[in-house]
Amino acid sequence: MDSIASYSLGFFNNDPSENTKVIARSLKNRILSGICIALSLLTMVPLISIIFLLLKKGLPLLGLNIFTELPPAAGMAGGGFGNAIIGTLAMVGIGLAISGPAGILSAIYINEYSPASRLAQAVRMVAKLLTGIPSIICGVFAFAVVVMATGTFSAYAGGLALAVLMLPTIILTSEQALMGVQSAYREAAYGLGATRFQAIARVVLPDAFPAIMTGVMLAVARAAGETAPLIFTALFSQFWAKSLNEPTASLSVLIYNFSTVPFPHQIAMAWTASLVLVAFVTLANITAQTIFSRRH
Amino acid sequence: MQTTKEAPVKMPLDDSNPLGRPDFISVKDFNFFYGKKQALYDINMDIPERQVTAFIGPSGCGKSTLLRNFNRMNELIDGIHNSGDIRILGKSIYDKGVEVISLRRSIGMVFQKSNPFPKSIYENVVFALRISGNSKKSELDECVERSLRGAALWNEVKDRLHESALGLSGGQMQRLCIARAIANRPKVLLMDEPCSALDPIATVKVEELIRELKQQFTIVIVTHNMQQATRCSDNTAFFYLGKLVEYADTQKIFSNPSEKQTEDYITGRFG
Amino acid sequence: MPAPQRDIISQSGYRAGPDLFKILCQGAALVTVLLLGWIIYEIVESAWPSIQKFGLDFITTSAWVPNRERFGVLPFIMGTLASSLLAILFAFPLGVSIAIFLSENFLSPSIRQTMRFVVEMLAAIPSVVYGLWGIFIIIPIVKAFGDWAVASLGGFPLFSGPAYGNSLLTASVVLAIMILPTITAISRNALAAVPKTLREGTYALGATRWEAIFSVILPTAAPGIVAATILGLGRAMGETMAVAMLIGNSSRLSWSVLSPSGTLAGLLANQFGEAQGLQVNSLMYAALILIAITLFVNLIGEAVLRHTQKATAGIR
Repeated sequence: MDSIASYSLGFFNNDPSENTKVIARSLKNRILSGICIALSLLTMVPLISIIFLLLKKGLPLLGLNIFTELPPAAGMAGGGFGNAIIGTLAMVGIGLAISGPAGILSAIYINEYSPASRLAQAVRMVAKLLTGIPSIICGVFAFAVVVMATGTFSAYAGGLALAVLMLPTIILTSEQALMGVQSAYREAAYGLGATRFQAIARVVLPDAFPAIMTGVMLAVARAAGETAPLIFTALFSQFWAKSLNEPTASLSVLIYNFSTVPFPHQIAMAWTASLVLVAFVTLANITAQTIFSRRH
Repeated sequence: MQTTKEAPVKMPLDDSNPLGRPDFISVKDFNFFYGKKQALYDINMDIPERQVTAFIGPSGCGKSTLLRNFNRMNELIDGIHNSGDIRILGKSIYDKGVEVISLRRSIGMVFQKSNPFPKSIYENVVFALRISGNSKKSELDECVERSLRGAALWNEVKDRLHESALGLSGGQMQRLCIARAIANRPKVLLMDEPCSALDPIATVKVEELIRELKQQFTIVIVTHNMQQATRCSDNTAFFYLGKLVEYADTQKIFSNPSEKQTEDYITGRFG
Repeated sequence: MPAPQRDIISQSGYRAGPDLFKILCQGAALVTVLLLGWIIYEIVESAWPSIQKFGLDFITTSAWVPNRERFGVLPFIMGTLASSLLAILFAFPLGVSIAIFLSENFLSPSIRQTMRFVVEMLAAIPSVVYGLWGIFIIIPIVKAFGDWAVASLGGFPLFSGPAYGNSLLTASVVLAIMILPTITAISRNALAAVPKTLREGTYALGATRWEAIFSVILPTAAPGIVAATILGLGRAMGETMAVAMLIGNSSRLSWSVLSPSGTLAGLLANQFGEAQGLQVNSLMYAALILIAITLFVNLIGEAVLRHTQKATAGIR
């Protein structure tokens, strides 16, 4: 037996069959690590492919006119999707105007006023369940409540659908944000004779504000990319919107409409709109994360 | 002595390191770093066979770090590196040919917090045998009884071997972890504050067990409890700020320490 | 001493403002709780004519012919189940692999950070963009695979021809990528929640990394991974745009994964904009079924997750 073999593997034993087993186990270990790494890296392929195509097919049409002109009619060249960008911003704005206050106030109630109450537990439960509801159901709801009642597709209907979509995210992230405020701060405020409202308004909310904004931005990012809740609530429009009570274009519905037509120019425009949309969503996500990291 | 002879594992034939040589584990010029932070400085010490050696010192003095180098557990942490050498029976544990899984198999370890797997008592004990491919029922049964008896737990659990280990009391769980650690017939038993999470009665049982186990194993124990060190160790090493300050017979360390820092520590003046 | 008492009273008078704020918060909380009920109420109400007319036949029949007022959603229910189960089949091994990759340290922290970023990016890409990408990338690949599969495996009903690009398989592949972040994130949390002491105990007994993963880490995290899979399934069932753009939206029942199919969400997306009369009621009925299925799946997922968190707390 050479000295290397007697030194190797088994620390206190030189049993060759034992050593073979150890070699086999180590080999198996390495193979499994390799498989795991390979499977994980496989995930990068779709992402790289999507980003590559967005740039390759989306960049050629990207210009200032994209933001200022109206969508071209079927088979026509030129144009842009300025109305869809404004429509998306308007409907996300309406959604935020409804879900922001409702969500943050709910979160304040369930974390600051009565965390253990039945109502608070019900809010948490419903918020969890709402996150699991398909986004298209938000659209169905807004269709029933607004479109069927007013008889017209509108930005209001789309905004309401997005509000329902955003609400649970805002509640759950705001609750986390409020929970992150040290209870010593609250006690200090009460100790100085502050009322509960004063403690919340002057101490708790300012401290939790960046984290709440993070949640709000995440909700905005998600809502901006959604198509399903808008497709039959806001529908689409080829024109600049004159009011919020008429069919309204949005980036995501434009992508959907243009992706299934047989005209290359429209398809190219769908890619450009996708590029703009992904850029906007990514920007919102990055903003959300930087707000958060600035605090911590 | 009996048990070691029955073991299927053979002693190394290298006659420069005969069994029974006093420096069973020997640490040479050992330095250890977590990233840029140095945790151990030039440690030199020899740990004798079949005795209990206690590592004492204030928190963060490096005693656990050194213990965790004996079976290379520190390698689970990112960004560590070391210099110097640790030899067991003359063999470097950092030798190229040493597979870390064999090394750890030959060295049992018991942790501060008992960590039985969420499996049955039986499966906890035979875990090491199973992963190395041994599934002969007679051998597994033999191993379970021998290990549980060795850990003074057999009589308490022999009727519920197939129940979950998480149903045991804290002290029983820790003794199960000892049984699990000795199931492989290791030569060395490392104990990282094994009693710090136990109540006084369970502690007494484990300490008795440690005195019993040193007949068969070379034991290194990290402890915060100085009474524990005096009760169950033969040698004591005092660490301070990553350095080995004093290492001697336990009686001598506690009755007549030669270093001022040691005296301050054992008399409770700091740490 | 009357004077200080009056002070306290005047202070509580000062509190009228804050009490209003509490009522405001309570009102918002109440609206949130009622919202789910309101959604369901509105949908049931709008679906009512269809529920009355078709009853359970709506679920068990497979004709969807709006101009003859015949409505049955069986193919769409089957399509929803088939596409999401197939997506889970693809996404589960990948998601768990990535979760292990992220929670173990066999690669450097910077690579793990990159991987985490990739998964977060996948979650951020809008559904409609996945649809557009699927049209250009996945449809040609699946079509090519389908032609080959029909030629060589056509004997199996699952691969019977002819092969289409817009098919169940195409939709499932894209769905799998879309639900990957959900499965990965929850599984990773479950793996990260396995106590460090348990890992150390396993390695100290001489286990290799993968012996530790298979024998202790995965079994301990298993309930969390199951919950992740169920919640991923729930997401896949409700996913709309990408599926509507890729699956072919056919109401024909077929065994073949290479044939066009349809899902409940896709049906709603395609037809709501131009629906009239009883068709609207029937679409509402379909939406109700979709809510019922996804709520059911999510409730189970959440229950498993909560149970898991309690169980892990026990080990610690």
